[in-house]
Amino acid sequence: MKFDWRAVVLPVALIALAEIGVRAHGPSDSLAPPSAVLGAFFEAFGDGSLLAATRDTLASAFAGLAIGGAIGLTLGIALGAIRPLDRALEATIEIVRPIPSVAVVPIALVALGFGYRLEIAIVAYACVWAPLLLTRAAVAGVEPRLIEVARALRLSLFARVVKIVIPAALPRIFVAFRLAAGVALIVAVTVEIAVNPLGLGYGIMTAGQALRPDLMLAYLVWIGIVGFALNAALVFAQQRLFGRAAQIGEAS
Amino acid sequence: MSHDALIRFSAVDLAFAGKLVLSKLSLAIARGEIVCIVGPSGCGKTTALRVATGLLTPTAGEVAFSGAPLKGPRRDVAIVFQDYGKALLPWRNAAGNVSLALEAAATPRAGRAQRISALLAKVGLPDHADKYPSQMSGGMQQRLQIARCLAQEPIALMMDEPFGALDAMTRQDLQDELLKIAGASGTTVFFVTHDLEEAIYLGDRVIGLLPHPGRIGIELKIDLPRPRDQVATREAPEFLRLRRELYDFIKGAER
Repeated sequence: MKFDWRAVVLPVALIALAEIGVRAHGPSDSLAPPSAVLGAFFEAFGDGSLLAATRDTLASAFAGLAIGGAIGLTLGIALGAIRPLDRALEATIEIVRPIPSVAVVPIALVALGFGYRLEIAIVAYACVWAPLLLTRAAVAGVEPRLIEVARALRLSLFARVVKIVIPAALPRIFVAFRLAAGVALIVAVTVEIAVNPLGLGYGIMTAGQALRPDLMLAYLVWIGIVGFALNAALVFAQQRLFGRAAQIGEAS
Repeated sequence: MSHDALIRFSAVDLAFAGKLVLSKLSLAIARGEIVCIVGPSGCGKTTALRVATGLLTPTAGEVAFSGAPLKGPRRDVAIVFQDYGKALLPWRNAAGNVSLALEAAATPRAGRAQRISALLAKVGLPDHADKYPSQMSGGMQQRLQIARCLAQEPIALMMDEPFGALDAMTRQDLQDELLKIAGASGTTVFFVTHDLEEAIYLGDRVIGLLPHPGRIGIELKIDLPRPRDQVATREAPEFLRLRRELYDFIKGAER
């Protein structure tokens, strides 16, 4: 990717405009000039609170992603491979899936109380769907001839899944995990803002309640950076891992 | 010959969704025999092969292998599919694709690399172990599929129009290599093709099927001398006579 200086013009101009505008407006409880936001960012970075909050949020997001992703992957493989099972569960899945993850918060709160477990459970719930649906489609779409080759070679069910189905579906499964990773971060922060007293979402909430718009915006910008970095890392990994497979997928 | 049949169809019926594709098919293939099946499209020749491999179960009748009822695919029976591009693992290189058959048979890891190079050399791909199927020509891909099949150390090779998609020169090369390999190892070959000359050139016997539903219409014993030769065999009067007989049969069957 080549750097294009024109991409920077708009953000820089907006930041400059915000600086001028907010200073002209005078003190506010909801806005802060970018210079103050930067100051608050270094302050929160310096006293460790920002990093601790980042750690809490990412730990919950990744744990939830791992659990939800594993469930989605397993179910997706099973449903994609076993047609009767797919038909049996289709209605159930389509009824449960539209329930927004935030709507699960009250039940999860009663069941699990505040803390990591609550957040991980809700993130896991939210992260089941993309891997489940995409893995199911990818597995159901595995070249039938390869399944016949597996039958002809009398591969065990386990070997069939590990040697044929998963490698064939892997590029698309990875895309599903990239989507789920984005969802995991969003849901983790949402749960923190809604109820859970930890992480970056809680940091935004407390900063807002403390009438610290500079700190609030610093958290906001930081969440954006974390999300951007996460996605960039996953895109990079995808290209490194599946460069060849992706090409083959496109060619055939 | 029939007393030592490797594969025996006894009055096999096969129906798809109530529609009869094969009707009362009875035939016996002896050990080491090369039997070619020809017929107009829709005559069920591929279906017959799939029944013989155990990929399909007869609706009625019985398929016996080595005297025992056939229940599903066997590792000592290798299937060469026509669409080699779809039958290979695109994420594995040539060596990895051959390895799949060895892994399936739980061959000890130690000897694998050596066997893989020997198999690739046998099918004329000695220097292509690291190439991926997408980097290979159609002929090379089919050679690779054959190498994987030979890795099963099959007593029977089931081939479904394996050379149909290849250019004429490559096809002739592979025909001769198949005869060499089968001749040297005594492998039984069940070969489906729509190419009448190919059937006569390869076979000890050629069976012509009639369509709707598929049944045996003609059976020709091929007594052309072996080893066969792409020029001399195809010029032999007996070859031409068989070709005419088979051609007339197909013409009649299509009417």
